[in-house]
Amino acid sequence: MLTRRIIPCLDVRNRKVTKGVKFQNNVELGDPIEMAVAYSDGGCDELVFYDITASAERRPIDIGMVHEVAKVVHIPFAVGGGIETLEDMRRVLLAGAEKVSVNSLAVRNPDIIAQGAREFGSQCIVLGMDPVKVADKGRFPSGYEVTTRGFRERTGLDSLEWARRAEALGAGEIVVNSVDADGTRDGFELNLTSMIAMNVRIPVVASGGAGTCRHLVDVFTEGKADAAIVASMVHTGEFTIRQIKDELIAAGIPVRKKW
Amino acid sequence: MTAMITVVDYRAGNLTSVQLAFEHIGAKVKITDKASDILAAERVVFPGVGAAESAMGNLRQLGILEALKESVSRGVPFLGICIGMQLLFDFSEEDGGTPCIGLLPGTVKRFRPSDPADKIPQMGWNAVTKAVQHPLFEGIEDQSEFYFVHSYYPAPAERSVIIGQTDYADVTFASAAGRANLAAVQFHPERSGRIGLRLLENFCRWDGKC
Repeated sequence: MLTRRIIPCLDVRNRKVTKGVKFQNNVELGDPIEMAVAYSDGGCDELVFYDITASAERRPIDIGMVHEVAKVVHIPFAVGGGIETLEDMRRVLLAGAEKVSVNSLAVRNPDIIAQGAREFGSQCIVLGMDPVKVADKGRFPSGYEVTTRGFRERTGLDSLEWARRAEALGAGEIVVNSVDADGTRDGFELNLTSMIAMNVRIPVVASGGAGTCRHLVDVFTEGKADAAIVASMVHTGEFTIRQIKDELIAAGIPVRKKW
Repeated sequence: MTAMITVVDYRAGNLTSVQLAFEHIGAKVKITDKASDILAAERVVFPGVGAAESAMGNLRQLGILEALKESVSRGVPFLGICIGMQLLFDFSEEDGGTPCIGLLPGTVKRFRPSDPADKIPQMGWNAVTKAVQHPLFEGIEDQSEFYFVHSYYPAPAERSVIIGQTDYADVTFASAAGRANLAAVQFHPERSGRIGLRLLENFCRWDGKC
């Protein structure tokens, strides 16, 4: 049986892992390569690296770091933030990443999804989206508008329409990162996750709000997610991947048990 | 003794992770698209992601199709990975039907899940149930999980070639298959953590006999 994936997210700034609430008040947590190895050895199923400053400051992607990670981490990992061109995708994938994640770039230029899928295969192309809850159901039938650039800009796109369009363009996976839940540790936004997951045929990764093992159980049952991103709850050392998986096993959710 | 691994580059995806995984376990890797290198190889790895038709086209265009067959017939330990496994069968349903290399009997079929919750591609970790004891899986527990990314699956015509099986989207498919010195896996051992590296180490030590 295909297992549900637990994916620690490492926000990297100047080769340090950071974490903040709603992209504010970032604190340094450690060395990204050491942390990646520790999570991989600890049983995470995949990793994602976001170079959060790349998008805001237009700094090039740290390809050297991607390659350093690939040498020591032999599970899939994705890289997002700062990818601006097809050539950037190629460099990140050739450095050893399994997937590239595009977010604001895809909003500006949706065809980059199709180009990336044609060039490297759909399985490499992840759409990251940051939906925020909105009241205007007339303009946004899903109830969520897509934001970009660290939640700073609204796009006018409806989240569900955007997810379906990305799937049609050839995205292989969608990471749904709730702006409202991000960094709160109050639980995933289950309505949002399940709505997207039930309306596309590609895997959906839930992101934003993980604070307890119970939140993970909820996102795989009620939230219908194929995978889930964790950050603060494991970065602080409060929970281990093993603890999360034990709770998922107890709830009857299939997870990878041996590593 | 250091294992020398010859990885076939036929423009079917990214070889970095395969190279780095073998180097991590101390093997020497040569990446090549030349028939002469394949014929001189001690061990051949035939990896790849992508579509069957263009992959077969690339093998013909590069003139390495015969070298691959010759290498297998000489008894060289040979490992197909992902699309590199699928191409070893007779035929794939992909791209409207694509005749493949035909070193293993059977076809490659598309997942057609009855439950829309079974996403296509299968992306993630799934268990492999051993069908036989094979040197490739030595020291690897039954039901260990490996990392898969694929929309099509191998359906061997003979049970005897099945090494391991996996369940997804209403089917039990051959996630590992082979005979004699030829072995192939649908999953990505190079992305499957410590257990995947163990399989690659087993391949580096394998004498090509079962």
